[in-house]
Amino acid sequence: MDPKKRSSDKASQEMIGRMAEAGQQNAWDRFEQQEPQCGFGKLGLCCRNCSMGPCRIDPFEEEPQVGICGATADTIAARNLLRMIASGAAAHSDHGRDVAHTFKMAVESDSCDYMIKDELKLREVAARYDIKIEGRETKEIAADLSDAVMTEFGKQEGTLISAAVYPPPARQKVWKELGVTPRSIDREIVEIMHRTHIGVGSDYKNLIKQGLRACLADGWGGSLIATELSDILFGSPSPIRFGANLGVLDEKQVNIVVHGHEPTLSDIIVAVSAEGELVKMAKDKGAEGINLAGMCCTANEILMRHGIPVAGNFLQQELAVMTGVVEVMLVDVQCIMPALGSLSNCFHTKLITTSPKCKIAGAEHIEFHEDRAVETARQIIKIAIENFEKRESKVRVPKMMEHGIAGFTTENIFYHLGGQFRASYRPLNDNIINGRIRGAAGVVGCNNPKQVHDYGHLTMIKELIKNNILVVSTGCSAIAAAKEGLMRPEAAAKYCGKGLHEVCETVGIPPVLHVGSCVDNSRILTILANVVAEGGLGDDISDLPVAGAAPEWMSEKAVSIGMYFVASGVYTVIAEPLPILGAPNLTRYLTDEIEKDVGGKWAFERDPIKAARMMIEHIEGKRDALGINVEKERKLYDMEERRALAVE
Amino acid sequence: MSRIIATAGINGAHKIVKQAEEILSRAIDEKGKDCPVEFPNTGYYIPIIYSMTAIAVEKLSDFEEVMKEIKDLLPPLVEDELWTPYLGPLLDAGMATLFAEEIIEACKYIIGPNPVDNIWLGAADDMILRERGIQFVDGSAPGFAAIAGAAPDVETAVEIARKLQERCLYVFMSAHHNGTTFAEQLVEGGVQLGWETRLVPFGREITSAIYALGFASRAALSFGGVKAGDFRRNLLYNKNRIFAFVMALGEVTDEWYATAAGAINYGFPTIADSDIPEILPTGVCTYEHVVSNVSHDQIVEKAIEVRGLKIKVAEVDIPVAHSPAFEGERIRKEDMHCEFGGQRTPALEWLRMLDIGEVEDGKITVEGPDVDSLEAGGKMPLAVVVEVAGRKMQADFEPVLERQIHTFMNEAQGLWHMGQRDIIWVRISKDAAKAGFKLEHIGKLLHAMYHDQYSSIVDKVQVKIFTEEGQVLKLREQATKVYAERDARLAGMADEDVETFYSCTLCQSFAPNHVCVVSPERPGLCGAYSWLDCRAAYEITPSGPNQPISKGKCIETTIGQWDKVNAFVIKASGGGVERMSQYSMITDPMTSCGCFECIAAVLPSTGGIMIVNREFIEMTPCGMKFSTLAGTVGGGNQTPGFIGHSKHYINSKKFIAAEGGIKRIVWMPTMLKEDIKDTLIKGADELGLGGQEFLDKIADETTAATEEEVLDFITKANHPVTTLEPMF
Repeated sequence: MDPKKRSSDKASQEMIGRMAEAGQQNAWDRFEQQEPQCGFGKLGLCCRNCSMGPCRIDPFEEEPQVGICGATADTIAARNLLRMIASGAAAHSDHGRDVAHTFKMAVESDSCDYMIKDELKLREVAARYDIKIEGRETKEIAADLSDAVMTEFGKQEGTLISAAVYPPPARQKVWKELGVTPRSIDREIVEIMHRTHIGVGSDYKNLIKQGLRACLADGWGGSLIATELSDILFGSPSPIRFGANLGVLDEKQVNIVVHGHEPTLSDIIVAVSAEGELVKMAKDKGAEGINLAGMCCTANEILMRHGIPVAGNFLQQELAVMTGVVEVMLVDVQCIMPALGSLSNCFHTKLITTSPKCKIAGAEHIEFHEDRAVETARQIIKIAIENFEKRESKVRVPKMMEHGIAGFTTENIFYHLGGQFRASYRPLNDNIINGRIRGAAGVVGCNNPKQVHDYGHLTMIKELIKNNILVVSTGCSAIAAAKEGLMRPEAAAKYCGKGLHEVCETVGIPPVLHVGSCVDNSRILTILANVVAEGGLGDDISDLPVAGAAPEWMSEKAVSIGMYFVASGVYTVIAEPLPILGAPNLTRYLTDEIEKDVGGKWAFERDPIKAARMMIEHIEGKRDALGINVEKERKLYDMEERRALAVE
Repeated sequence: MSRIIATAGINGAHKIVKQAEEILSRAIDEKGKDCPVEFPNTGYYIPIIYSMTAIAVEKLSDFEEVMKEIKDLLPPLVEDELWTPYLGPLLDAGMATLFAEEIIEACKYIIGPNPVDNIWLGAADDMILRERGIQFVDGSAPGFAAIAGAAPDVETAVEIARKLQERCLYVFMSAHHNGTTFAEQLVEGGVQLGWETRLVPFGREITSAIYALGFASRAALSFGGVKAGDFRRNLLYNKNRIFAFVMALGEVTDEWYATAAGAINYGFPTIADSDIPEILPTGVCTYEHVVSNVSHDQIVEKAIEVRGLKIKVAEVDIPVAHSPAFEGERIRKEDMHCEFGGQRTPALEWLRMLDIGEVEDGKITVEGPDVDSLEAGGKMPLAVVVEVAGRKMQADFEPVLERQIHTFMNEAQGLWHMGQRDIIWVRISKDAAKAGFKLEHIGKLLHAMYHDQYSSIVDKVQVKIFTEEGQVLKLREQATKVYAERDARLAGMADEDVETFYSCTLCQSFAPNHVCVVSPERPGLCGAYSWLDCRAAYEITPSGPNQPISKGKCIETTIGQWDKVNAFVIKASGGGVERMSQYSMITDPMTSCGCFECIAAVLPSTGGIMIVNREFIEMTPCGMKFSTLAGTVGGGNQTPGFIGHSKHYINSKKFIAAEGGIKRIVWMPTMLKEDIKDTLIKGADELGLGGQEFLDKIADETTAATEEEVLDFITKANHPVTTLEPMF
């Protein structure tokens, strides 16, 4: 198949072609082999939750319309969807838990490889958790925060503290009235598994309620904790230059690609790879140095904080190995294709798994323990250096790479809009109100071979920024944008409408802001909460002229993310429909009626331009509702009116 | 292209910081690290640095700590491609620039060239801050235009200045362009510079712009109750209260950009006449941040629009301009067409209330020869009789309204007025006469202004002007009787005679907890509001800052506390002040905003008090200068042992009555003594203290500089305080 039909990214096209020449299989080939994919699975109509089944509901309204136990299409699809949410939320939250454990270790130990790097954020987060700050040592505050955060995972009473201190009050009220305020992170996931067991609930709306509760425990809980603690532990990001695409791999250096999702090991690898002794060792082997590059969200974690280049997003993981210059591909958890095992065996590349949760056939397993982090990192880097000599002479690294600026966070937006003395979200709100920026969109998510690689992300983003909608991005979508140059500040002049261009030019930002990895979608939530708090755009997130999208989503995490945005009041458009289309009532509920309950809803649209238009229409609708689309005369202030202005 | 601005601004910041380092190291070399640093006669140390960082710079070495702050703020230069966000860094660079410019200017005071030179004024002293800052409080000055550079020619400069003056704005001038400065252009155009005309030349270099921004920061500290180091509040206070802007005339250098970036932190945008990039998106400023390429005939209007300012200018149909900015304009003898009064001819002004049927609104009569009958330099008698009527007008408001004649007349360009009642002195300039100004225009002016400002109590106004000597003398006879009656009424008015006091919370937008309680025997601490004034003000604006307070039950006669007054104060101070005494400086004293004319402070070992007036800038026996004392007393806090008060209050029978009244006064500057001499002597006589004799027993700066010396002095003088009980 023509590589151009598989990926819109030139580097990827080149490597896809090379794989075909070499007779190597990749995800696109395997996708084709899977076709035609199971229609029941796509429509959500297959139930395997007990051994009376599997049962299937006829999608053409013929018999059978219920399973053996009597479950309807709506029940089955809702249960299946809930289990996807459970898995996605579990992935994020378990990531959060791991960071929390590392945090606890750093707090309790004096000789640990981790330390608190951002004390200011520690104090900010601790203050939210109502922990006493004044006159206390960092360690004392951190110990209290560690306890408080740990409790969030398994508490048996009450509700999540984070869900009560981060979201706008109006949003919390919506949840409370609907009865979906999350209680604890783990509990909501367990309860999904219970509720979807044979013979428990069958009312799809009641099932979805639990889905809302579990995904809120992810977005405003597990993911948020992962972000907050990672910032405290590894340092809060600040705007930083980085390179993106396979061209960041360097033929002349020892290349280590870190892939997966967690920052815990990779952050140490960054530091250790610069050690003089190791660099010398690499040079002794004939390399010019040690080149670290990232893949997927591990990449996002370390590029946000250290500017480490990113070799590619999800569908490029096999392509990276195919270059022949990757000495070690080091993986932790999530989105790691098992196919890497067999592929790497065809090259000198060593695939090294590090998490006890993720062992892969064909990979070497070096278990990573936080208490021996530096030691493990050195061991792995040495393996890479040793492996450099084994590299075959015939290598091929695509030249393509772009640069961009990453490192935007909820907190540093304040600074970048007003400096140290006037730090504020005011300019953002002001320019949304005055219409220079029509609104904002979060474009996030994965790659999926059902769509041309990166095409959905890029087409949608370009359409949005052309229409003066500021885009924030995470995960593989962010990497796609970076590779296209959309994260260059110069992109504002090239791609944006006039208003957005003016604002980008004023602040010196790209029109697409990289806010991190997929757990960092929590940053988008907290940014929205700040926009609400700044004032002038309604009382709730659902009042804001914003929308979300995942144009190439594929993972269950994306379902949880999408659902927590909907549950937070955001209109969310995804390309590949949720596997619920066989359940008419459930589909109607999630794409329409749910808006009355939570303010947000789902939409499915594969055409990225059409999807962008839907988002724009939604944003303009919100602007109309806010009354900010009406041309207003400039307000001039006399003394009385000046006196009435608040000074805070 | 904001990036061009950011690049230039950050470059400029680096240049200015380098300059500051150089001059600082020179100053330290020449004068040593311990050399004291100050802007002469100002409080708040080096004010921008102090207000933003709370660093109190007192000697050169203190600047080294500031230098560290500057270095932390100073961002790297903006990259040509793939730049990181620069707005935040640019604003920080702007602030670093202002700090560095303050260092430069402060060092100039030490090692030269002295910022005060020829027309250049340098830092505004505290007296000016108090006098002028109050105009930002009462709204008579909405803000200022900080002009950098120079207009293309003298005529344009004069025109721009006049337009700004007409809109009541102050014009602060700094920096040069094309070999000249805006200030020098105005001088060449024959325009009178100075604080009186609101045209203030700070310095030739852009660094002198910090005097304008420092003035803004000091206003926030002084009138806004903002604490040093609370940079956010200080800046937002300026953004929302003092509507200032930068007007850049001429080539905008890197250093100008850097300074303008500093101003944007205050919410002060830049309007430029040159073709520089613009920053139109809003947010840090109320509207646009930089607007450029504005033509000179549009620039004032544009600046006001960009800053978001609404300025109410009363339409006055006279042939000269009219604005508060002209209030301080002087007319020298050689510029004078004619004059009235001033002990050269008989002259008076008199406002009286008539029945509504007796006043024909807008009727102006002039009896006697007009000014065009005089040769240049001539003089003639003058009587201005204003007759008003209104359903809500009361006889007690007559003096309140009459006092406005002074302001209204002075606000006309080319008209100068001094004094009141029958001791007025009025001049009309040659320019005004040439423009066709005649006596009927005084009438038109007064008619228009009374309607503009007092429409809630005055329905009709007619003005009669007389210049024939016989008529003027006859009117003077009548008026003198009225003046005497008024004085008697006011002098006889005691707190006990009224059931209602008035609040004044005019300064609350600046000192949020402060409430003045104005009674017949205790005028407002700023000296500007008597009980009658407050009553009139309440009639004029019933929902305004002067509210009637029914006294209620007296809790304590000596200290002057009433239950309803206390209840009012609790509410009006937002719970900040629970009890307030009208007559005590020890027990629950009244709070102060910052506008007080005088400060009374206990000198413990003497058993008495010292009083220092704002104009006295030297050290006082309590070890603090007025400016430092003001910091202790102001801001709406109760500080037992210290009160801010008006000069007039010293001669009230209720002056710290709880502590023994004027008998407690052991020290006053000679200038204050001189100022209140007549009434003080009279008061002392009534108390049997011996008039002049008592005055001589009060120490002053010529006889005592320290508390010990005061004690010595009063002991030798046998001051009556020695017979009193200790104050606490």
